[in-house]
Amino acid sequence: MVSILDIIGPVMVGPSSSHTAGACRLGLIARALVGGTPETALVELHGSFARTGEGHGTDKAITGGLLGFRPDDDRIRQALDIAEREGLRFTFSKTKLGEEGETHPNTARLTLIRQGREVVMQGASLGAGRIEVTAIDGYPVSIHGNYHAIVLVAEDIKGSIARIAGILAEDGVNIANLRLTRKQRGGDAFLVIEADERPADRALVDIRALSWVRWVHGIERVSA
Amino acid sequence: MYSALADAVRDAEAAGTTLAAVTLAMEARDQGRPEEEIRDALRRALAVMRRAVQQGMTGDLHSASGLVGGDAARLRSAARGPLAGTPFLDVLSRALAVQEVNAAMGVIVAAPTAGGAGVLPAVLTGLADARGLDDAAVVDALATAGLIGAVVAQRASLSGAEGGCQAETGAAAGMAAGAATEMLGGSPAQASHAVALAQQGTLGLVCDPLGGLVELPCVFRNATGAAIALAAVEMALAGITFAIPADEVIDVMGEIGRSMDVRYRETAGGGLAATPTGRRLARERLVHIKRSSP
Repeated sequence: MVSILDIIGPVMVGPSSSHTAGACRLGLIARALVGGTPETALVELHGSFARTGEGHGTDKAITGGLLGFRPDDDRIRQALDIAEREGLRFTFSKTKLGEEGETHPNTARLTLIRQGREVVMQGASLGAGRIEVTAIDGYPVSIHGNYHAIVLVAEDIKGSIARIAGILAEDGVNIANLRLTRKQRGGDAFLVIEADERPADRALVDIRALSWVRWVHGIERVSA
Repeated sequence: MYSALADAVRDAEAAGTTLAAVTLAMEARDQGRPEEEIRDALRRALAVMRRAVQQGMTGDLHSASGLVGGDAARLRSAARGPLAGTPFLDVLSRALAVQEVNAAMGVIVAAPTAGGAGVLPAVLTGLADARGLDDAAVVDALATAGLIGAVVAQRASLSGAEGGCQAETGAAAGMAAGAATEMLGGSPAQASHAVALAQQGTLGLVCDPLGGLVELPCVFRNATGAAIALAAVEMALAGITFAIPADEVIDVMGEIGRSMDVRYRETAGGGLAATPTGRRLARERLVHIKRSSP
């Protein structure tokens, strides 16, 4: 459903809704996956991101997102300097992440390390500031950032989903979408839960406390 | 939201009200939010638009490549042409101003996109200030502009990569023309004719930015887009009608966009980007960007 507020908006730092606002949102989601500003970030840019990213401030926008700046935050312009001051070591490189026609021209892969944990996220900026995260740690996903989300990796045991859904229901969170992916049968399960409400920190703590959950992170809504 | 401007015009006429009023009512119903919340969001957008206009007038802005900047202030202070002293010149300089802010990584409202963000604030705030209209009138006009943009999004496209510049500054001109016509007292039908009159003037416009950067010609195309919008407003308010309905003009814009060669859809492979000078500038400036970024 088209909203007039999508047309008269978003409020954003220029110059490009795909190369700047969308890029910032990818950074914000990656930040959420490591639970805060990472210590190191390797950002690999593909296609049009690689070709015209510098002129569009794609590097500053992604770094701004990693620092927790939203697309309308004018600190994005100084994001590279701020990152250095805040101890975020970043490297940008240009690469080919797939074949033309298969991999979206505005794709980035981010490898982040924070407090000893590494996360690899791949995502694309689809245009008009819309984004899609397509892979996390090699698991195929589809996250658009337009819901509050929880991502978690757990041992693939019976009843796991019911247990997690129960915790969220107690918290008053209504689940909008739920997707489970496995690399192989009996292997770890990767779960993406999108919700209408922002889950309380307590719910995340309860889920994290489950013995068979390897890690869990909440991703705040970054798009309208 | 409405997917045909004709339906919105019919509803507004039947209720004896404006396109803004039927749009706000439908948006409130669609989103399950009170109208006042939607007005608040539009009011915040207007504040950002006004700030960008002001910031752009200072003339102290630099884009990544250095290809654009300072022309909004130059146009206003030189003012020696036939438009000197008119609201028309003021609107043109505001359009340059907002787009220069965008190119310099300032904060703007993408309306409908970042590349076409100069037209709507320039036309609406320029004309409102010239006529002494208050912000409530401009907020209503933004709702009408949102309706027109939503119709274009559903029937055609609002992306240069999909439809060329006719889908960005062209759509922005249509949105601004319809909204301003209503803001200045035109009827819903007159606003609809203004959309058609503006959009027909940008049919076929390609998206051909140098080096793929939202700078050249984007900054100037926002000024010429605003000029087309003003021409459409003047004609529509005089009672001039356009024989092809706005919805059909929008449909054909989408069709032209889909059949446009990929070189003309934001790839920097054709148009001005592929001229000898365009190629040379893009090469030099991209090197300049690399040297100047940390």
